[in-house]
Amino acid sequence: MISEQAKQQIDTWVAKYPAGYQSSAVMEALKIVQAENDGSLTSELIQAVADYLEMPVISAHEVATFYENYNHKPVGKHVIRFCHNISCMLNGADDLISYLETKTGVKTGEVSEDGLVSVKKVECLGACVGAPMFQIGDQYYENLTPQKIDEILDGLQ
Amino acid sequence: MNEVCFKNIDKENPSSLATYEATGGYSVWRKILHGELSPEAILGELKTSGLRGRGGAGFPTGLKWSFMPRNQDGQKYVVCNSDEGEPGTCKDRDILRFNPHSVIEGMAIAGYVMGATVGYNYIRGEFMEPYYRFEEALKEAYDAGLLGGDIGDSEVNFDLHTHLGAGAYICGEETALLESLEGKKGQPRFKPPFPANVGLYGMPTTINNTESFASVPDILARGGQWFADLGVPNSGGCKLFSVTGHVTKPANFEIPMGTPFSELLKMAGGLREGRTLKAVIPGGSSTPVLPADDAMKMTMDYDSIEQVGSMLGAGSVIVMDDTTCMVAALTRLAHFYYDESCGQCTPCREGTGWMYRVLKRIMDGQGKIQDLDLLMSVQDKIMGNTICALGDAAAMPVESFIRHFRHEFEYYIKHGKSMVENDG
Ligand SMILES: Cc1cc2nc3c(=O)[nH]c(=O)nc-3n(C[C@H](O)[C@H](O)[C@H](O)COP(=O)(O)O)c2cc1C
Ligand code: SF4
Ligand code: FES
Repeated sequence: MISEQAKQQIDTWVAKYPAGYQSSAVMEALKIVQAENDGSLTSELIQAVADYLEMPVISAHEVATFYENYNHKPVGKHVIRFCHNISCMLNGADDLISYLETKTGVKTGEVSEDGLVSVKKVECLGACVGAPMFQIGDQYYENLTPQKIDEILDGLQ
Repeated sequence: MNEVCFKNIDKENPSSLATYEATGGYSVWRKILHGELSPEAILGELKTSGLRGRGGAGFPTGLKWSFMPRNQDGQKYVVCNSDEGEPGTCKDRDILRFNPHSVIEGMAIAGYVMGATVGYNYIRGEFMEPYYRFEEALKEAYDAGLLGGDIGDSEVNFDLHTHLGAGAYICGEETALLESLEGKKGQPRFKPPFPANVGLYGMPTTINNTESFASVPDILARGGQWFADLGVPNSGGCKLFSVTGHVTKPANFEIPMGTPFSELLKMAGGLREGRTLKAVIPGGSSTPVLPADDAMKMTMDYDSIEQVGSMLGAGSVIVMDDTTCMVAALTRLAHFYYDESCGQCTPCREGTGWMYRVLKRIMDGQGKIQDLDLLMSVQDKIMGNTICALGDAAAMPVESFIRHFRHEFEYYIKHGKSMVENDG
């Protein structure tokens, strides 16, 4: 269920914590298997992580459902995480989110038909001086304008 | 400006070890490794410096460190809170990106002072660029023989690791952060016991904000008195302020405590043309909003901001001009706290949902004039009745927005639309 490569990645996290506390690595382990599964988790994967880290499966489920970064339904290849909190809102985030929805034909919370993008409204991403902003993968895109959004969308494959 | 955490920000490769060392970085740590600086001396300087926790609560850092049972046997931990998620706050991200070594040195010094040989930097899961920068810096520090076991035959040990979050504002609360670091849901613990006695994995632990740790090396290199003198009484030093919202040049500024707000506003480029100031949230979304007149009276330090009726918090200054609909702004914040409540305490779980639904109803044109009293009574029932400060953080915006801008809420309820024509 968990690939050898994923296991190696998980092991580097486990090594950071004291012996017997390998469940501290559960948050990263879930992210690693989620990434291997095209961006979402399944009960089987959560079970596999719990087994691998020798922790109760219920605890792994709790973590997987408590934190926002885990998806339990399929997502687009690129998840556009648009901040709609106060500083971004004051700088026109709501209009830009509508613009993005129209442009991609994808409503927040949905996935595009070709599976390329999904759009999610998220809370403050800690980049408020660059408002309005969104995140795709590891990358932040700041000071967004409709033109900038067009360019970013064109670059997605 | 930019004298401590941001002192290398305009240099080439600001985050590199070479840049850090060129401006005196690791000189304090090396003194410690050579046995030239005692924990007592460090605590003394920190107390003199007047450094107060930069994560929001403003607790004196020197005092906090002195609570740790330094000589108790067994493992102790130092934890850095880089979970930065308070709306309006984005300073720790820049410290991690542009001055990661100051955090490493600050944490190592803390470990030495408190007898903790292991540290964790808890970085929010979305901060991947800062995380990679911090990891690079860690590797540089290990390669240079500045971290590890028996560092340079000094008998000083300090290992430092990063831990990544996974998207939960509540994990910024220090005991929720510890739960999260242990691989659990981020639900705050009851206090007491305090982390200094029962912290990570049940062991004594001290948690400080990224900026707090990053300030420590310079304080010790240049003296507590030097730092204290940068600021004003009761608010020592300089501090990072994130100025966002309706200003023409939003940015982070490291300025002396006690700087007039009007000057900070100018640094951020002032308001957009033809606009007037309506309101300011001075310390992040959890601190009470101030009407323009009060904001213009304040200087950026703990006492002055308290005198005008708010809090310095994390130094996250959210500026709102006359185009802002205060009903819409509060509704957005109410939604945030409703979303982020961990659900453990009834007043917070139910109250945040209730406040959001009432505000939403007003926004949808279905509000009743009694709703304002209802909101006031719900926030009052949350205040002071919860396990952690998220409850208060959710209540204070509601109370202050309605108290200062009641006419806008009444207008919205009466007319089913905003008093502000040109919203945004
Ligand atoms: C809901 C909530 C969120 C918080 N978020 C953060 C945060 O993102 N970063 C932070 O340093 N402190 C945050 N705090 C404050 C921490 O609990 C703690 O006081 C702080 O990390 C201590 O460090 P300091 O003394 O250096 O400020 C938060 C508190 C609460 C109640
Ligand atoms: S106040 Fe809210 S966030 Fe804090 S512990 Fe209680 S329910 Fe959780
Ligand atoms: S409010 Fe959008 S990044 Fe902070």
